[in-house]
Amino acid sequence: MKIGLEHIADLARGAALLGCGGGGDPYIGALMLRQAIKDYGPIEVIDVTGLGDADFVVPFAMMGAPTVMVEKFPNGGEMVGALRALERVRNEKARAILCAEIGGINALIPLVLAARTGLPVVDGDGMGRAFPQLQMVTYHIFGVPAAPMAMTDEYGNSVLFECAKSVDVERLARHLVVAMGGSSAVCLFSMHGDDAKRSMVRGTISLAIGLGATIREARRREGDPFTAILEFLRTTAYYQQCRVMFEGKTVDLLRETKGGFAVGRAIIEGTASCAGRTLEVQFQNEHLIAREGGKIRTIVPDLIAILDSASAEPITTEGLKYGQRVKVLGISAAPIMRSPAALDVFGPQAFGLKESFTPIELLNPQ
Amino acid sequence: MTESLRIGVDVGGTNTDAVLVRGRTVLASRKSPTSLDIGSGIVRAIKDVLAAADIPPAQVAGVMIGTTHFTNALIEAKNLSRVGIVRLGAPATLSVPPLTDWPEQLKSIVGGHAEILSGGYNYDGRPIGPLEPEEIRRMSREFKARGINAIAISSVFAPVNADQEEEAARIVREELPDARVTLSSQIGRVGLIERENAAVMNSSLLGMAERVIISFRQALIDLQIRAPLFVSQNDGTLLDPDNVARFPVLTFASGPTNSMRGAAFLSGANEALVMDIGGTTADVGALQNGFPRESSVAVDIGGVRTNFRMPDILSIGLGGGSLISAANGRIRVGPRSVGSRILTEALVFGGSQLTATDIAVAAGYADVGDRDRVRHLDRQLVAAAVDEIHRVAEEALDHMKTSGAAAKVILVGGGSILIHRDLAGVAELTVPPDASVANAIGAAIAQVSGEVDQIYSFEKLGRDQALHEAREAAEKNAIAAGAAVHTVKIVDVEELPLQYLPGGAVRVRVKAVGDLHYRGTT
Repeated sequence: MKIGLEHIADLARGAALLGCGGGGDPYIGALMLRQAIKDYGPIEVIDVTGLGDADFVVPFAMMGAPTVMVEKFPNGGEMVGALRALERVRNEKARAILCAEIGGINALIPLVLAARTGLPVVDGDGMGRAFPQLQMVTYHIFGVPAAPMAMTDEYGNSVLFECAKSVDVERLARHLVVAMGGSSAVCLFSMHGDDAKRSMVRGTISLAIGLGATIREARRREGDPFTAILEFLRTTAYYQQCRVMFEGKTVDLLRETKGGFAVGRAIIEGTASCAGRTLEVQFQNEHLIAREGGKIRTIVPDLIAILDSASAEPITTEGLKYGQRVKVLGISAAPIMRSPAALDVFGPQAFGLKESFTPIELLNPQ
Repeated sequence: MTESLRIGVDVGGTNTDAVLVRGRTVLASRKSPTSLDIGSGIVRAIKDVLAAADIPPAQVAGVMIGTTHFTNALIEAKNLSRVGIVRLGAPATLSVPPLTDWPEQLKSIVGGHAEILSGGYNYDGRPIGPLEPEEIRRMSREFKARGINAIAISSVFAPVNADQEEEAARIVREELPDARVTLSSQIGRVGLIERENAAVMNSSLLGMAERVIISFRQALIDLQIRAPLFVSQNDGTLLDPDNVARFPVLTFASGPTNSMRGAAFLSGANEALVMDIGGTTADVGALQNGFPRESSVAVDIGGVRTNFRMPDILSIGLGGGSLISAANGRIRVGPRSVGSRILTEALVFGGSQLTATDIAVAAGYADVGDRDRVRHLDRQLVAAAVDEIHRVAEEALDHMKTSGAAAKVILVGGGSILIHRDLAGVAELTVPPDASVANAIGAAIAQVSGEVDQIYSFEKLGRDQALHEAREAAEKNAIAAGAAVHTVKIVDVEELPLQYLPGGAVRVRVKAVGDLHYRGTT
C-alpha cells in the first residue's frame, strides 16, 4: 500500500480517534505530511511480516510540548539527523521506519521521515492508541531497550542517550527537550525484524486510515457514522470489542495542569436512550476510565473516545466544552496490551487508579 | 454628549440598514437593498433616515459603518492583492512553507512570493536565529521586481517577542517605501500557521481597504455630513478609517457582533445569550459584560485557518426561509432555505415552498403575508414543525451556555417571529422593539477601545503594580483612539503565565472601552 495526499485527512481523523482525547492535534502533522508527499512522493507501507528477522528498523517520534509544536515546528532535517545519528551508533542502516504512537500527531510524523528518506513504514505502532510517556510502548514490554536514543534539534545538534533503564531515558530526555526549545526529534527502541514481529501492535496505520475513511463516507452518505464505525471496528483483529457506551451532553468539566499533564474529568449527562444516567470520564492527557454510578464502564489500556454525536468528529480533552452533544466509545485494546507485563507499564495502576483492569467486553456484556 | 446624533449603517450582502439614534432613542430606521458600488446604497439609506426624522446633515455627530465587505471579498476571492511573505523562523519550520493549507484558487490569487529566513524566537525568548538584514533587502528587491507591494511578515513566537518582525518591516520599507506591511504579531495569537494566514489575508485586502474607505468618505461628502466616520470591528468597538485601511481583517465579524451589541443596547442586558434569526441562518452568541464572548479556537474563513480574535458565534440552519421537510416520519427544519427569495417563494407570500415562516403563520402566532394560503396545512404537521423549530433553537442556545443555569435570551432579527413560546433552559426571553435593525443600532452605539497586550515580569514589578501599569496603558490607548476620558472603563483583564520563563513572566492583556468623544462637530 502507498500513502498519498488522498489518505492524509483520513489518517489524521483516525489517529485523533485512537488518541483517546490526547496525543496532540494532528493538524500541523498533517500539513508536514502533505508537504513531504508533494516534495518526495507517496510513502510505501509494508506489513511487519515482510521484514527479514535481521532487518534493522527504527521507531521515530517528536517529543515535547504540543503548544510549542504549533509555533516552532520541525524543518524535517532534524528527523533525518536523529535517524543518521542512531544508525551511526548502532552501525547499521535502517530498512524501515516504525511508528511509536498511532494516537494523535505522532501517527503522521514518522511518515514524514519515511518520505524524506525513501524508506518504507511498517504498518503498526507500539501503543495502538496514545500514551503520555515514551516507555509506555509494547516495544518496552517485550524487552526492547529505549536506548540508545538519538535526540536532534532544528540546528542538527544531536544528543545520544545511553541508559540501562528506559524510564531513565524518559526522565533525562524531558530535561533536554526543554533545553532544545520544547520540541525534539527522537529515534529510540531500534530493533530487528524478529523483535518487531513479536512486539508491534500490527496494522494500526491502515486501521487509522480505514477508520477516518469510514467516518468520511458515512457523513457523505448522510448515514449514522457510529453504526459505520462499529461495523468497521468489528472487522478488525483487536478493536472488535467496541460499544457506543453512552450518549449525552457534557454538563461539567474539571481541568487542571499537574506536572505537565492535563488532568481532570468530564461529566456527561445522558440523553435519548441514556436519559436519566450520568457518565464520568477521568483523564490525564488521555481518557483513563469511564464510570457510571460507581461502576466501571471502560478502563485503560482499553480505549475511550469522545466524539461529536452528529459528525463523529473526535474531541480532544482540550477541545471539550460545556454543552457539547457527544457519544462515548469504548474499544478493546490489542491482546498484546492486556498482558500482566503490559498492565504493569500502562495499566490503571501506572496512572494512579485504584481500580484494576477489566476488559470492556466483561464490563459491557452484549 | 448623550444627546449627540449618530447614524449607524450595516452594509450586508442583501440589505443596507441605517438608523438614526439620539442618546438612547432610535429616531428613524430604514432597510434598503445593498447597491453594487456600496457607496450609493449608503448615501440612499442615510438620506432616507435623515429625511424621515427631518434632521439636517450638519447636526449629525458621527457615522458608524459596519460592513461584511472584506469578509465577502475573501470568501469570493475578489479584489485581492498578491502578497509577498517573509517568515522568520529558519532553521525551524521549513517543513511547512507559507500557504500550504490554502485552497488552490485563493492561493493562486494571493500567493506572490514566500521565503523562510533566519530568525524567530523560542518560547522562552531565546532567538532561534539572527535576523539577516541583507536577506530581507534581497527579498524586498525580489518583491519589487515582481510588482508586489503588499507584504506579510511572520515570526516564530512573535507573541512572545515582536522585535524581529518590527525590524524586518523597517528594512522592507527602506527598500520598498510604498509597501503595505502587516506583522503577524499585530493581529494573531499563538499558532504560527494561523497567525501567518491572518497576516497574509490582511495584506491581501489592504489595497481594497483603501478604496473602500475612500468611497465611505465620499458618501459622507455627498451627504454634506462633516462628522467623523468610524467602522465597527470584531469586538463591537470602533476603528477609525486609518486603522481600517491598515487592519481590514479586524472588521470580519462585525455583522454578528453589531447585532449582539445592538441587542444588549435595546434590552439593557449585559449578560445574556443573543439569537439573531435571519432568513437562512440563526447566529447565537453570548454577551459578557455587554460584549460578545470571544472564540477560543481556530476560525475558518474562506477555507483558511486563522486565530485572530473573533466572537464565539454558533450558526445554525434556522431562519424565516428555512424549508420544512419530512423524512422517515420526522419533520426537519432547514438547513436548506429560500433565503432572500422568501417574499416570492413562501406559501403566505403566494409562492409554492413550505417555509418556517408559513408554519409560524399557520400556527397562528405570526401575522405576515396571507394566512388563507396556509389554512389547508395538516394540523399535526404544523404542530410537529413548531416543536422542531423550538427544539433546534433550544439546542443551539444550550450549546452556547457555559453552565447549566437557565439563561437570559434576547431575540433579534427578522426571523424572531418563529419563536413564540417558552424555551427549555431559558429564564427570560426578550424581543426588543427595533429588533430587525439591531445590527445598525449596534454600529450606531459602538464605543472605542484601547488594548494592551504585553509581557510583564511579576517578579520584578509585583502583580499589583504590573496590572496597574497595564490598566493605565489600556485606558490611555482608549483615550488616544477617541474615548471621552470620564467614560473609560476596563472591560477585560487576562493573565497568561509563560511557563519556564525566568522572572515570573506573564502575558497581560487588558481592554478598556469608553464612549466616543466628539471633536470638531457641531
